[in-house]
Amino acid sequence: MTRIITLRVNGKSYENEVSPRLLLVHYLRDVLGLTGTHIACDTSQCGACTVMFNGESVKSCTMLAVQADGGEVKTVEGLATNGKLHPLQQGFWEKHGLQCGFCTPGMLMSSLNLLQRNPDPTPDEIRHALEGNLCRCTGYQNIVAAVQWAAQEMKAKPAAGVAE
Amino acid sequence: MFPVEFEYEAPTTVEEAIRLLAESGGEAKILAGGHSLLPMLKLRLAQPPLVIDIGRIAGLSGVSEQDGGLRIGATTTETAIQDSELVQRLCPLLSETAAHIGDQQVRNRGTIGGTLAHGDPAADMTAAVLAAGGSVTVQGPNGERTIPADDLFLDMMTTALEPDEVLTSVWVQTEGPRTGSAYEKFANAASGYAIAGVASVITLAADGTVARARIAITGVGSKATRASGVEAALQGKRADDQTIAAAAEHAVEGVDLIGDLHADESYREHLAKVIARRSIQRAVGRAATKS
Repeated sequence: MTRIITLRVNGKSYENEVSPRLLLVHYLRDVLGLTGTHIACDTSQCGACTVMFNGESVKSCTMLAVQADGGEVKTVEGLATNGKLHPLQQGFWEKHGLQCGFCTPGMLMSSLNLLQRNPDPTPDEIRHALEGNLCRCTGYQNIVAAVQWAAQEMKAKPAAGVAE
Repeated sequence: MFPVEFEYEAPTTVEEAIRLLAESGGEAKILAGGHSLLPMLKLRLAQPPLVIDIGRIAGLSGVSEQDGGLRIGATTTETAIQDSELVQRLCPLLSETAAHIGDQQVRNRGTIGGTLAHGDPAADMTAAVLAAGGSVTVQGPNGERTIPADDLFLDMMTTALEPDEVLTSVWVQTEGPRTGSAYEKFANAASGYAIAGVASVITLAADGTVARARIAITGVGSKATRASGVEAALQGKRADDQTIAAAAEHAVEGVDLIGDLHADESYREHLAKVIARRSIQRAVGRAATKS
């Protein structure tokens, strides 16, 4: 039997009838058309599907859409404000933190979770925080540099990275 | 991957969850954080007709002091345990262990009740709760009962919970004076699960000898278990490096060792001894600096 769920995604309210077995990632991509959240391993390991749920990073392939009922989701589409890139997005741009870009949405959301918990992380802390996100291009070096860049930027201009 | 179709209920009380479970004849599965159940549903290893989500039951999550220990609600996430000031101060073993579980996203969703009720032989928290002298409270149609952690894990993914019972909370002993703890593991590089994990809680007597040692091991056998041979070898002894190394040799005594493509039996045994030695050494070091 289907169920009606109501939730906010990137600040916008949605109400949809879904099957209980529908995964959050499929809800975001197929029902809402937010295809910035990617699917790769589909086994809770690679982190490509990472989104924020109620302020914490989650793997949306390992959560049912019905579990998100009443909650607040932020996807990569919700990072930029008024056409201005989030400092993390800017950091990945400045420091060449991506090559093919497939893992990037998940990397960004996990990095957002990190900078909320720890605004001034060391390179080691960044690597540890991103252990649930796999990148097959960069060797991670430039991703670490990108997150450091964003942390500096957000320290210098605190308003730039304020989460909703 | 799509799970097979199932019905979904999100009760707001434990009683309602138990009623739904009973009505399903024990066929329903309880969903907490979903980080063991959802992968099983997706792989269709589990095909329950009904999933009962206990994530919306108020009062099932959170940490409080109770009976000389800490009571941790079943749906408390690993991140909440890792970050909890109470846990860090009174039972640091649990926050240290939580930090070893999966990755940040997994810890944000995975729960302590879920991991204990699932009974994965390579889970981390199982060993920590054993070493912390813990127990779980479960609730069924006939009321509540307490199961000591020592009696909880029966076999691979098999626990002492009855099919009509719900795990509602976990209790662990406070680490008292002159007590130190540590969780050490050798993780599977891909999954993060323990190939060998050892949790230690050591209390030193005033003269520096071991007054009490509780050591538990995970990842090596079909279930997490107390390493009683190691405990006995430490009891009453001065915990110097030689004694610890000799005690760690007993790490897999009585364990029905698992061998798989990640580590065969003899390699697991070797790892278990090394990890046990490191875990005990760190716990002793911490106990020595704690008045």
